[in-house]
Amino acid sequence: MSELVIDNVWQSYDEQVVLEGLHLRVCGPEFCAIVGASGCGKSTFLRLLLGQEQPSRGRILLDGEPLPREPGPDRGVVFQQYSVFPHLTVLENAMFGLELQRRRWDVRIGGRLWGRARGEVREQAEQALAQVGLSGARDKYPALLSGGMRQRLSLAQSIVTRPKILLLDEPFGALDPGVRSDMHELVLRLWEEHRMCVFLVTHDIAEGFKLGTRLLVFDRLRRDPQAPQAFGATITYDLPLRRLTAEGAAAQRRDRSVAAAG
Amino acid sequence: MRLINRKPGRSGNLMLASLPFVLLIAAYLVASHLRLEANPGDKLLPAPQSFVAAMQQMALEADARTGQRLLWQDTWASLRRLLLGLGISSVIGLGFGVAIGTIPYLRASLAPFVTVISMVPPLAILPVLFIVLGLGELSKVVLIVIGVAPFLMRDLALHVESLPAEQIVKAQTLGASTWQIVLRIVLPQSLPRLLDALRLSLGPAWLFLIAAEAIAATDGLGYRIFLVRRYLAMDIILPYVVWITLLAFLLDLLLRLGARRLFPWSRAR
Repeated sequence: MSELVIDNVWQSYDEQVVLEGLHLRVCGPEFCAIVGASGCGKSTFLRLLLGQEQPSRGRILLDGEPLPREPGPDRGVVFQQYSVFPHLTVLENAMFGLELQRRRWDVRIGGRLWGRARGEVREQAEQALAQVGLSGARDKYPALLSGGMRQRLSLAQSIVTRPKILLLDEPFGALDPGVRSDMHELVLRLWEEHRMCVFLVTHDIAEGFKLGTRLLVFDRLRRDPQAPQAFGATITYDLPLRRLTAEGAAAQRRDRSVAAAG
Repeated sequence: MRLINRKPGRSGNLMLASLPFVLLIAAYLVASHLRLEANPGDKLLPAPQSFVAAMQQMALEADARTGQRLLWQDTWASLRRLLLGLGISSVIGLGFGVAIGTIPYLRASLAPFVTVISMVPPLAILPVLFIVLGLGELSKVVLIVIGVAPFLMRDLALHVESLPAEQIVKAQTLGASTWQIVLRIVLPQSLPRLLDALRLSLGPAWLFLIAAEAIAATDGLGYRIFLVRRYLAMDIILPYVVWITLLAFLLDLLLRLGARRLFPWSRAR
């Protein structure tokens, strides 16, 4: 079980304070939904977790160790767009992380995995694609996929490498409502199967309530009309939402599908 | 219907596309006919049959002095220089472009330098090349490289910098090292752009080639044109110009089709 501790983290650029006094402890397979108005530091928080930025003050610990100062394989990510590689087919996209996990000389020097191990990796990637319903699009290039399919691919791509934390940056923001609710089902199913720690940034509060086991609301506690940049946002509410076991969730899904069918 | 909404059909398109060529040729034929009527010895605008005769001699008959068929010898010499120059430029452009675009430390130290270097007019340092490298093949190829490589470097560096940051971050979260990101993400996505940039470089490359050949060479298309200029041999110069244009057009076509064939993923974007 991985543990993430955020200890009094501040983030400011020059004069502008974006985040102030952030405290958070997340343990094990929690699904943290982060909501808040735009410009309240949700994305900044995600960049801190990714390691794209370093906090101006405070520390972030993952399993007791300070977070590496750059993105790494322990933290997967799905962005709203550009999150798959356009020059690789669907299958190659899904294989990418698995190939790099094999720390063999052919991967280190040539960037590609060869031989029998490649077959194993392909099988694993194909399973992941089946999980997200993309088996039929195996050999297509992402440009030919719909937005929803691309996001499913990006999810599969990140999940196959089993990161400790999965960061989702408004991954369904650009999708149609119908597609979006399909994606919700998929994400919940994947989360239940893989039991990892997920952070989902969204501006859709309903989405946050639906998916999260814990809802983190980012907002500014203090405002100064004369100096709007003087105070940053922090976590104003930290709501536990539900504690579903896998069976409970399955039952809930059954109920839902019965309701939908009826 | 508004003019902007009227579109030619397939045959109309073909006709409209060939129209300017037909007009140009017709204008030439008329002008040539008028001049030759006034003075049969006129050399400025030769009749079509003079072109045919001259080209037959250049392409099919061995030259009395060298024993070579001159057109093919010239074509081979020029194309070899051109392709060598473009090939070396591609390697340099791709290497430096990707390096500058990917690695901030290299960008900091090389980008301003490349920008300044690319402002040096290549023809102005042609004499330097001749002095330092001699009058042989090397200085001609180097002139093309100096003329084309900085453009390729800058264009590719800009392209690499414009790759979405999300992709690079994603690759890191999948465990890619700098080298693996370059090899698997940046380089493959730069190749279509390289071919496009090469297409745009064909014009300058021919310009530098012909300039170098005009000044110091013993064969080559540019050399021949400047050689026969002394005899006002328009019957050779004009077909050579058409031939060079055709070669350049074919190279462009080849690069375009090659890009489409090799990088199917970039077409659909």
